[in-house]
Amino acid sequence: MSIAAVFMATFRRDLRLLARQKSDWLNPLFFFLVVLSLFPLGIGAKPNLLREIAPGIIWIAALLSVLLGAERLFKQDYRDGVLEQLVSARLPLPAYVLAKMAASWCASGLPLIIVSPLLALLLGLSESAFVAVVATLLLGTPLLTLLSALGAALTLSADKGGILLALVILPFYIPLLIFASAAVEQAAFGLPYGAQLAIIAAMLCLALALVPFAVFKALKLNVG
Amino acid sequence: MFKWLDPYAKPQRLYAVCGAWQRVLMPMAWLTLLIGVVWGLGFTPADYQQGDSYRIIHIHVPAAIWSMGAYSSMAIAAFIALVWQIKVAQWAIGAIAPIGACFTLIALFTGSFWGKPMWGTWWEWDARLTSELILLFLYVGVIALQNAFADRETGDKAASLLAMVGVVNLPIIHFSVEWWNTLHQGASITKFAKPSIDPSMLWPLLICMLAFALLLAALTCLRLRTAILQHEQHRSWVRDLAEEPTDAKV
Repeated sequence: MSIAAVFMATFRRDLRLLARQKSDWLNPLFFFLVVLSLFPLGIGAKPNLLREIAPGIIWIAALLSVLLGAERLFKQDYRDGVLEQLVSARLPLPAYVLAKMAASWCASGLPLIIVSPLLALLLGLSESAFVAVVATLLLGTPLLTLLSALGAALTLSADKGGILLALVILPFYIPLLIFASAAVEQAAFGLPYGAQLAIIAAMLCLALALVPFAVFKALKLNVG
Repeated sequence: MFKWLDPYAKPQRLYAVCGAWQRVLMPMAWLTLLIGVVWGLGFTPADYQQGDSYRIIHIHVPAAIWSMGAYSSMAIAAFIALVWQIKVAQWAIGAIAPIGACFTLIALFTGSFWGKPMWGTWWEWDARLTSELILLFLYVGVIALQNAFADRETGDKAASLLAMVGVVNLPIIHFSVEWWNTLHQGASITKFAKPSIDPSMLWPLLICMLAFALLLAALTCLRLRTAILQHEQHRSWVRDLAEEPTDAKV
């Protein structure tokens, strides 16, 4: 099978699975909203304070929800032996990995962008800050998906799941968190934030080039 | 390159080599550490501004430098493990990671003790402090991942892959933290502006740096030997070793 055929077959299959198992994409989304509404409850719902901390909490909630959504990414294929078959059939595994990640982004990244107008209402964001939130989410969530897929692949056959995945991958999220929340902050003050977006895009390109191969390697060593 | 590495790739041979190195390095490490610390803490003149509290530099700076040095050597081992598929290089990662994590912790704690009298605070969200803290998180990730698998081999391989990914990310994390810091609080940078150091203070510091390097190398040899024995415990040469008590004690 060619690379494109493997990609399309995996991508279609995963989208079909998502359409049937709705909790796979609904749960991360509601997790995101619940975490976001915890902050005003914990800190106090003063509009000025909320507006000030909004960039940070939006991004922390987003990266946690993508991280938790990614844990099941390869689990099912690992348990029922699909991965083993793929490895031994010598199919282009990076294409499979990319398709998996693309489908995963549709499940955990895309919904966040779709509900982002709600955030603007909840946290009292200005129009320019809202545009920056959407722009950073568009560029940043694919990067989150890539990195958390790497974590999911590394910890695939480990005894301890969720916490380990978070421990391993969260430090790698730090640059994205810094630049994304800085971009939203700049936008809230009406300053240009093109530089931050460019850096996020550069990080995304780098990750897109390297991560599929690292994931491929991690999957292979877990399948053994 | 492979020809040069090849003799060390054999666990039994590496066990002997590490033993020989350890016998040389360990006494040297303790000796230089003793000289450096006694000289630095006891006999250097007090700083004109910071008084006696600056003396912690003799532990703080070497620990901080070699916490990063340990991560680089771990990354080199990971590279060797991934490219040439050498098992002992994977074991070396497990040997180095806890030492590096300890050095990072020492650097953070001594920095905190130094910061309290100097800046009036135990912790400052400064670029260097934050980077060092994140380095600790990276070490913890590697150690946690290595110990998370029922199959030891998989854990070693996963940890070496993570160490490689970490070293690609480390510069990105470092510069983004620095950038974040200059954005939020530019003033604290000047706190780090180093006055040129007097030779009478420099020498003990250099000796301490050497001592920490030697200690890192010696402890790595020790831990790597233990790892080799653990991994190879079913091999005949390890059994022979266990039956000869005089040789095993070295």
